[in-house]
Amino acid sequence: MTGTTATPRPPGVDAPQQPGALAGWFNDGWITTRRNLIKIKRVPDILVFTTLQPIMFVLLFTYVYAGVIEIPGSTYVDFIMAGIFAQTVVFGSTYSGSAMAQDLKDGIIDRFRTLPMSPSAVLVGRTNGDLLINSISMVVMMVTGFIVGWRIHSSFLEAVAGVALLLLFAYALSWVMALLGMMVRSPEVINNVSFLILFPLTFISNAFVPAESLPEPLRTFALWNPVTALVQAARELFGNVPPGTPVGDSWVQQNPAIAVLVGVTVILLIFVPLAVRRFSQVTSR
Amino acid sequence: MGFIEARDLRKIYTPKGAEPVHALDGLDLDVPEGTITAILGPNGAGKTTAVKVLTTLITPDSGTATIGGVNVLNRPEAIRPIIGVSGQYAAVDENLTGFENLDMVGRLYHLGARASRARARELIDLFELSEAQNRPVKGFSGGMRRRIDLAGALVTRPRVLFLDEPTTGLDPRSRLGMWDIIRSLVDGGTTVLLTTQYLEEADQLADDISVIDTGKVIAKGTADELKASVGGQRVELNLVTAENAAETVEIMRRLGTAEPAVSNDSRTVTVSVESGPEALRVVLAELSERNIALFDAGMRRPTLDDVFLRLTGHVATDESDDTTETASGRTRARKTT
Repeated sequence: MTGTTATPRPPGVDAPQQPGALAGWFNDGWITTRRNLIKIKRVPDILVFTTLQPIMFVLLFTYVYAGVIEIPGSTYVDFIMAGIFAQTVVFGSTYSGSAMAQDLKDGIIDRFRTLPMSPSAVLVGRTNGDLLINSISMVVMMVTGFIVGWRIHSSFLEAVAGVALLLLFAYALSWVMALLGMMVRSPEVINNVSFLILFPLTFISNAFVPAESLPEPLRTFALWNPVTALVQAARELFGNVPPGTPVGDSWVQQNPAIAVLVGVTVILLIFVPLAVRRFSQVTSR
Repeated sequence: MGFIEARDLRKIYTPKGAEPVHALDGLDLDVPEGTITAILGPNGAGKTTAVKVLTTLITPDSGTATIGGVNVLNRPEAIRPIIGVSGQYAAVDENLTGFENLDMVGRLYHLGARASRARARELIDLFELSEAQNRPVKGFSGGMRRRIDLAGALVTRPRVLFLDEPTTGLDPRSRLGMWDIIRSLVDGGTTVLLTTQYLEEADQLADDISVIDTGKVIAKGTADELKASVGGQRVELNLVTAENAAETVEIMRRLGTAEPAVSNDSRTVTVSVESGPEALRVVLAELSERNIALFDAGMRRPTLDDVFLRLTGHVATDESDDTTETASGRTRARKTT
């Protein structure tokens, strides 16, 4: 801080003409996304966690339960993989919650909110960050799955659609979590809240055991659980449903992929505006 | 008519299970263009709330606020490009380097990639941040974060700069540097609204001071006007032993224009006088005649501390603060006995 008094002209440049809404949105979304990419690079724990944990799950489930749970007409590895995918990406959506809570705690939300930036940009960048983390997890899990004997019995395009559906579902959940993250007082709280919501959601489903094998009322819950539809859709798209498995008679059970798409659309239509509105009102401390 | 104008701002918070807090209770502000106005007040007086309203962060329950004639409450998107803000706590991304933080702010002001990088480098030099330039902010001291945050408020040349306690947590040298930067910005036409608990800071920087307490302005004017409102000069004595307090008060009462004030430890006695040098001479002569030992004796002009004390009945800062101790205008005669 020297030499400033010597120059009569103050430092800096005047604020430029602000861009149009769309151009601004793309710029701001990219800048905040880049911020989250740098964070992934700088905080190796995130990357270690997102790669090691799925590997661990794949190995645990395939080797610990493979001998216990019998799936007629298929192998447990083929059955379980869609479940592990779903569970991992669903939990991957929680980063947005804790990151928003942390940003509020750190006060950087106040900085963003006084800048002439798109009000959705911070959330767009944050949920994009989750999407990237989940994409990395998916690759790691699929490679690990292949090594332990998981096989895709469908076309390449169907498999891609399966991956896209899993990522899309988690992306929509990221927006829900981001909203929750802005409604709690601390990052620790949001972790507990999301675990309370996500554990029942992923475990009381067809992710690890056939939903039909669950006792009532868990069975009813599982059949209506969106994660069940997601897992079922992924299983079908990967060709991992054993031939001859009876299909439930509800519309959701017969059209799980469409049901998931509808669900994702509804979640985004409700929670994107809610999260953006919340963002425009919150301030640190 | 001010460039920044606030009228009758009110904001009530109701913490869970507690009485409602009138954070703003009819606050008025007028900051003329190209000047510095300081909002001076103790913790909890409503300073930060006022800044948050004017920087589009929160909406008041009632009242109006305009900057350059533009309604802050209805058109925040028109306000944000022309303001620079540094809040009370450093708003920096811990995982980004100092450079990346400033570059990001530039890009979000839509300066473009090249201008943002160039400006970030300039600010790194200006705020002596080279140490934090290429290392993540995480792990740096509070003072360093604070400087990065202040630099963030100056990424553009803002037409209005809001600084919420800008030098809290800075070392004295950085504080003086910050004052220089603020002054040079104002010379270039920027309008500054700053909040401070430091009376000296308001005294040094501000063209106008609004003293606020419990959410409203209780006095306003230049530092000199405010001091004049308290009147006269002061003679202040620091006694070696508290036992001499009563006797000293007795002497000072005869010379003073008001009742002498005695500090809690009964070691410091202060009184307003008509003529400082004359009163000091008389007091010192009398005390030496009675063999009352002194650590320190001096005369001083009233400080904003005195203003604040008189207006609110309590002191501005919780603990005695070294920056106010060295405030302007003290003449000292050391160790007079």
